[in-house]
Amino acid sequence: MATQQTRSLARFMMAPSVVLLLVWMVVPLALTLWFSFQQYNPLNPIRDGFVGFSNYALFYSNPAFLQSILNTLTLVISVLLITVIGGILLALLIDQPMWGQGIVRILVISPFFVMPPVAALVWKNMIMHPQYGIFADIARFFGAQPIDWFGQHPMTAIIIIVAWQWLPFATLILLTALQSLDGEQKEAAEMDGAGFISRFIHLTLPHMSRAITVVILIQTIFLLSVYAEILVTTNGGPGYASTNLPFLVYQKALLEFKIGQASAGGIIAVILANIVAFFAMRAVGKNLDK
Amino acid sequence: MARAVTTQHKTIATVAAWIVALLIFFPILYTIITSFKSEQEAIQGFNLIPSGTFESYTEVQAQSGYFKFFFNSVLLSVGSTILALLVAIPAAWSMAFSPTKRTKDILMWMLSTKMMPAVAVLFPIYLIFRNFGLLDSRVGLMVMLMLINLPIVVWMLYTYFREIPGEILEAARMDGASLWNEIVYVLTPMAVPGIASTMLLNIILAWNEAFWTIRLTTTDAAPLTAFISSFSSPQGLFWAKLSAASTLAIAPILIMGWFSQKQLVRGLTFGAVK
Repeated sequence: MATQQTRSLARFMMAPSVVLLLVWMVVPLALTLWFSFQQYNPLNPIRDGFVGFSNYALFYSNPAFLQSILNTLTLVISVLLITVIGGILLALLIDQPMWGQGIVRILVISPFFVMPPVAALVWKNMIMHPQYGIFADIARFFGAQPIDWFGQHPMTAIIIIVAWQWLPFATLILLTALQSLDGEQKEAAEMDGAGFISRFIHLTLPHMSRAITVVILIQTIFLLSVYAEILVTTNGGPGYASTNLPFLVYQKALLEFKIGQASAGGIIAVILANIVAFFAMRAVGKNLDK
Repeated sequence: MARAVTTQHKTIATVAAWIVALLIFFPILYTIITSFKSEQEAIQGFNLIPSGTFESYTEVQAQSGYFKFFFNSVLLSVGSTILALLVAIPAAWSMAFSPTKRTKDILMWMLSTKMMPAVAVLFPIYLIFRNFGLLDSRVGLMVMLMLINLPIVVWMLYTYFREIPGEILEAARMDGASLWNEIVYVLTPMAVPGIASTMLLNIILAWNEAFWTIRLTTTDAAPLTAFISSFSSPQGLFWAKLSAASTLAIAPILIMGWFSQKQLVRGLTFGAVK
């Protein structure tokens, strides 16, 4: 009897979380889906009505759409490459015996705690500014012409900023995984005469594989929806050169009031995220079982 | 001989690691340095030694009322975290101690809500907020931030609670402790560290959330993320002021973050890496 009681109590305790998240997930998403099949403009309510898939067609035929998908993928893949490879190297370095390891860790992890608008503005104005930035100072020191980062290489600039924010995260997670590696195993491998490279490939890398998977998956979730960094640096430009999918949807919805098209774009973003989520869930789910 | 090699190795590692670490930290360091310069100094090229003036700080407060935004950030991040804990603690408790066949599915489903791109629901949420008069309201945004972070809070608490040995609870039950007593006298003391860690991480995440806090506020409820974004179009000489505002915006959370590295790893990997 007691267990019966406990069980219904457990259900009761779980209810608020489940109901809240269910409402949070279902209601707005259903609305977005509905709007994606509607002609709807808050500024011009006369022509409202059901329009089938034409919003999707319009969004798709917009030249900015393919550009934004390309930019989204470029951003995700570039930042993943930089942070994972950089993170492994950094983690290996910090794992070495050294003086002041604690402070080194603190310095390296710090960018992760910087809010995205601050990170973006500091890089935009203090470092990459074509006149007053440090990069410009360095270029002038060597007698070169300073680069106009946001005018000429907007995606590269954004990739650098976002990578700076996420490199600490990758490093911290990989370092944590590295430090749980059994010291005896390492010593045994050393005794057997395994060099650093072969130890890394046969022992360290397999040990870190799960952490690497987790880093890739979690970063992908966040990188797919980078927004503030673009808003305060390039505002998506020049043209659509640094517009990613979230930014395009934002422009359509809140600047152009093309709600139908924006919703169609939102649904596409959901589909994209779901493809990633499918793999993410499987990986995290596996870890739950053990 | 072996010892010499070790010392040499250690020296090289130390030098290399410190150089890399300082390079990574440099944008933050330079922002802090610049915040103590005058506007004139700030644009006179690379210079690591500021004159040590506080004028940018006083100006940021005088011109834009920095503390109103700071207060909103504190209220929103702490408030949303407490709300999330109130909702999540019972859920995580029941999942950790009375798991059913569906517990894992529910956890996975909760996590999947975190993967919904915010931008996909931007307009419906905007509409709902507008119709309920919640635009630019602290309560509305607090609920929003609570919902965004709820999956992570439930997950984190769940991974902590699961480490509390069930036998202790059984023993308490055998001694005839009621469920209420079980929670108050047995579980709570053991759960406090986990709850505190969860709280810390969640405050950091809420503090730095920069999509909804920018889009759903204008003035009254605007936290520091929205305040800083208003600096995106330069107004004359503003480098030192931007630095001062940035320093103030990141300092509290940076220091909190330093103390929560372990929890961060655990929370953001959903317990997969400890």
